Amino acid sequence: MSENKGEIKKMMIILSKATLENVYAAFVLANGARMEGIEAEMFFTFFGLEAVHKKKMNSLHIATVGNPAMHIPTLVGGLPGMEALATTMMKKEMAKIDMPEVSEFLEILADSGVRMWACKLAMDMFHFKKEDLFEGVEEVITVGDFYKKSEGEGVHMLFI
Amino acid sequence: MEKVIAGKTIHVNEEGFMTDFKEWDNTIGEALAVENEISLTPRHWEILNYIQTEYKNEVPLSIRKIGKSGVVDIKEFYQLFPKAPLKTATKIAGIPKPASCI
Repeated sequence: MSENKGEIKKMMIILSKATLENVYAAFVLANGARMEGIEAEMFFTFFGLEAVHKKKMNSLHIATVGNPAMHIPTLVGGLPGMEALATTMMKKEMAKIDMPEVSEFLEILADSGVRMWACKLAMDMFHFKKEDLFEGVEEVITVGDFYKKSEGEGVHMLFI
Repeated sequence: MEKVIAGKTIHVNEEGFMTDFKEWDNTIGEALAVENEISLTPRHWEILNYIQTEYKNEVPLSIRKIGKSGVVDIKEFYQLFPKAPLKTATKIAGIPKPASCI
């Protein structure tokens, strides 16, 4: 067996959620990998597909219920308009630190060489078509295909 | 630490980034590029000049900002400096590694 001394060569990032904080975490990790010269691929599955759905990507929300870091009571978090309010506040803060909107971030990722795939099972479940998705998504593939693409030394997989 | 390159002594950190931009000149830039397996073309120099100007004006650098600079788009930036473009370009330009996640 060859020894690679733990060097990370490729990050395979699976995004299964559509809450803004999770989507941004996945994007920053993928972009950060490319910035360090590490290859990166993303697999969008279940609700994560919304992050690459043309009509939905720019209206994602952060979660105000079931998110203890929000520091508001669950009942208050569930009131109408709370998610929108919290999202607006977070977006303002993100603009200050030069964080792009989801659609622009996707362009940056594609231009940086991040390869993107959509999960076939989830696409079928939500009745999404390939044309509904951001152009940077190369193909709709199965879990098996994704594992195949993850073969090799120094490849790490991350589930968000 | 000290390092001798292109016949001159420069100061670098443990990652090889120069710690004193005043020590930098074009021949050092050329030599640092060779070390990083980049052969500099006029296009590379346009970008190096741009990031040095931004550094002198104390503007923090990020991939997004480079993409919006009008000097180069992100795709070409990755083509010109294939491995870790922002890191490599700043290293050759003799300025500190940008502390940016985007």
